[in-house]
Amino acid sequence: MTVELVRETWPGKIFTVTIGATASEGGTRARTVTVGGHAALPFLPGDAPSPNRPVVAMEVMDAVPQDWPDALKSQLGDVMGAPADWARKCVEAYGAELICLRLNSPHPDWKDASPDAAVATVRSVLEAVPVPLIILGCGHADKDNEVWPRVAEATRGERCLMGVATPENYKTLVVSCLADGHLVLAESPIDVNIQKQLSILITEMGISPDRIVLHPGNASLGYGLEYEYSIMERIRIAGLQGDKMLAQPMLTLSGEESWKAKEAKLPEAAQPVWGSEARRGPAWEAITATSFLHAGADILVLMHPEAAAAARRAIADLSAAAATA
Amino acid sequence: MPLTALDIYKILPKTNCGECAFPTCLAFAMQLATKKVAIDACPYASDDAKATLAGAAAPPIRLVSVGPTEQCIVMGKETVLFRHEETFYHPTAIAVRIRTDRSPEELRAAFERVKALQFDRVGQYVRVELVAIEDATGEPERFASAAALAAEMGLALVLMGSSTDALSAAASAVKQHRPLLYAATAENWEAMAQLAKGCGCPLAVRGKNLDELADLTARIAASGVTDLVVDSGARTPAATLQDLTQIRRLALRKTFRPLGYPAMAFATAGEPLDQVAQAAAYVCKYAALVVTDELEPWQALALVTARQNIYTDPQKPIQVEAGIHTVGAPDETSPVLVTTNFSLTYFTVEADTEASRTPAWVVVVNTEGMSVMTAWAADKFNAESIAKAIGESQVAERVGHRRIVIPGGIAALSGKLEELCGWQILVGPRESAGIPAFMRTQWKQASAAASS
Repeated sequence: MTVELVRETWPGKIFTVTIGATASEGGTRARTVTVGGHAALPFLPGDAPSPNRPVVAMEVMDAVPQDWPDALKSQLGDVMGAPADWARKCVEAYGAELICLRLNSPHPDWKDASPDAAVATVRSVLEAVPVPLIILGCGHADKDNEVWPRVAEATRGERCLMGVATPENYKTLVVSCLADGHLVLAESPIDVNIQKQLSILITEMGISPDRIVLHPGNASLGYGLEYEYSIMERIRIAGLQGDKMLAQPMLTLSGEESWKAKEAKLPEAAQPVWGSEARRGPAWEAITATSFLHAGADILVLMHPEAAAAARRAIADLSAAAATA
Repeated sequence: MPLTALDIYKILPKTNCGECAFPTCLAFAMQLATKKVAIDACPYASDDAKATLAGAAAPPIRLVSVGPTEQCIVMGKETVLFRHEETFYHPTAIAVRIRTDRSPEELRAAFERVKALQFDRVGQYVRVELVAIEDATGEPERFASAAALAAEMGLALVLMGSSTDALSAAASAVKQHRPLLYAATAENWEAMAQLAKGCGCPLAVRGKNLDELADLTARIAASGVTDLVVDSGARTPAATLQDLTQIRRLALRKTFRPLGYPAMAFATAGEPLDQVAQAAAYVCKYAALVVTDELEPWQALALVTARQNIYTDPQKPIQVEAGIHTVGAPDETSPVLVTTNFSLTYFTVEADTEASRTPAWVVVVNTEGMSVMTAWAADKFNAESIAKAIGESQVAERVGHRRIVIPGGIAALSGKLEELCGWQILVGPRESAGIPAFMRTQWKQASAAASS
């Protein structure tokens, strides 16, 4: 019997977004990263082959929290205080396709570092690696609004993905990205309507919708994963159905949330039935991230090298040409 | 696909005799289409018409259960492609694959390890429920005794083998435990169907592809065996994901009966972490049963947690009981915390309070499973509902003081709440991660101030 397969076609298409710029494009990157462009749900080439597979970025911080998990310190301890070295290690040793630089230091409760210091950090990372950058603020609105314009200017033409823009604080970031040719990472608190509204607000300021990446929430395995998963799935379906304000590629920051989970950190001695903590932590991060692949995540930002490696293998496996497509 | 009134009308006698109590056959058909009456009301309906209606009423994905009645694992009968459309009903069963080519002692130890893969997560008991015993030697007795051992140890079973003789021996030994027999193929389906029928066991069917699979299930169903689980034969993640998606779509969108069964998939990666990533992918995308290699506890914990998340009903978040809960062994001087009955909120507060090493009373307010800020926005977590919960919890009889700690996010309610319940309100941290610091500083200060 020949089974007549059910193919799904969609009226809309996900925007294609390129992060980074080479010398000929006005930047200094050796290579760029392109995501999105899908006309089907993830990993279903029979519906429509996807031009761009998801990518793995690794997170680099200019300052790590005091209580950063030992499992991460043991892997990254040698580069923890040196963002440029950290970034280089992620690219050269761990194969990161993008670096996601999180500028924690400017936060008044951290080091209250100056915008100048932030710019210097960004420059050092930019020089250290050939890959495109994602640059995240510290989350303190006033301080971010001092830092963003300076960082955007210092990286003019590099086509960095900068964030996060939230409904409460997006204008300064968007203006900076407009002025200096960057892309905007738009974050909603696990809410389709807010995400859409934010895209509208951002595009109304003059940024084209193909210069936005969506970040629809912060959840991890066991701690709200299903909410973020379904919101991502709903956003992707809305985008494919033709809603241009939800038709952007999506990013997920799995590292921070995953490592907050006690399942990622608790020593085996404290909870023997959970098994090896050395494997459990990276697994918690990897499974958080790879689950989101199936909801439509295009950029996975990870911290632990083993988690990043597992995510890259999962993407390669899922994107492989299938015998029975 | 449900039948329309017109579809049904075509198979009725069209005599408008009225004996069904409706004036015309068309009127009767309209009632049948909305399931307000049964076809039995028509004394002249043909057997074909009855069969067609019964067939249309069957769920697009058959419900199949594996294992003994008292602890059976139910698979299938899913209704949607995306969990946000409704919910996914029957969590993907996980079977750990164990080969028979080892000593009875080693087998017993392996089965013990599978049995130990059970966890308590956010108040729910989650576990790996099956062992898939794979005949590695073709020896019927060896296979049968391994199956009997696992059954005796309380494990539900998948029996995997290519020798029908060996499979038959193993199935007979444990048939009262209703193992899933794996697998009928193009080469052996008649013998396998007969075996399944004889033992009353569910049967897995493996095709080389979806076409062959649909052929096989149609033949096997025609022979009277309908408790089937389907395996498209795909073994790579890309191919498996596509086949699982097609099986689900064909069943739901086309009511394609030959593939209207729970589907199974195999995690094939060599690297232990990739095993979990693959299995979790199949949990997300439509597998009713996933067969994995032997799992370490850390792998199983991640996998069953992913399954618990994906199979949580989006309309009905997991809730804890409203009322008074304890962390540690609190006494009359211990703090009283207030939070919502959304399980994730409660268990985060519980964990962070535990971490603070301060025994505490926790008054859980029924917010219909909403988190603090959502419930606050929806007016389910307000001064009235909190005051009422405090009263009903009778926490006043448990403590000597009159101070309660509310989440920082709802600090604005303090005044009104204090007025309503008469307790002093302490505003706690916005994030429960701040509880240990809060206990060290503010709670201590407030207690000291009160006692001085």
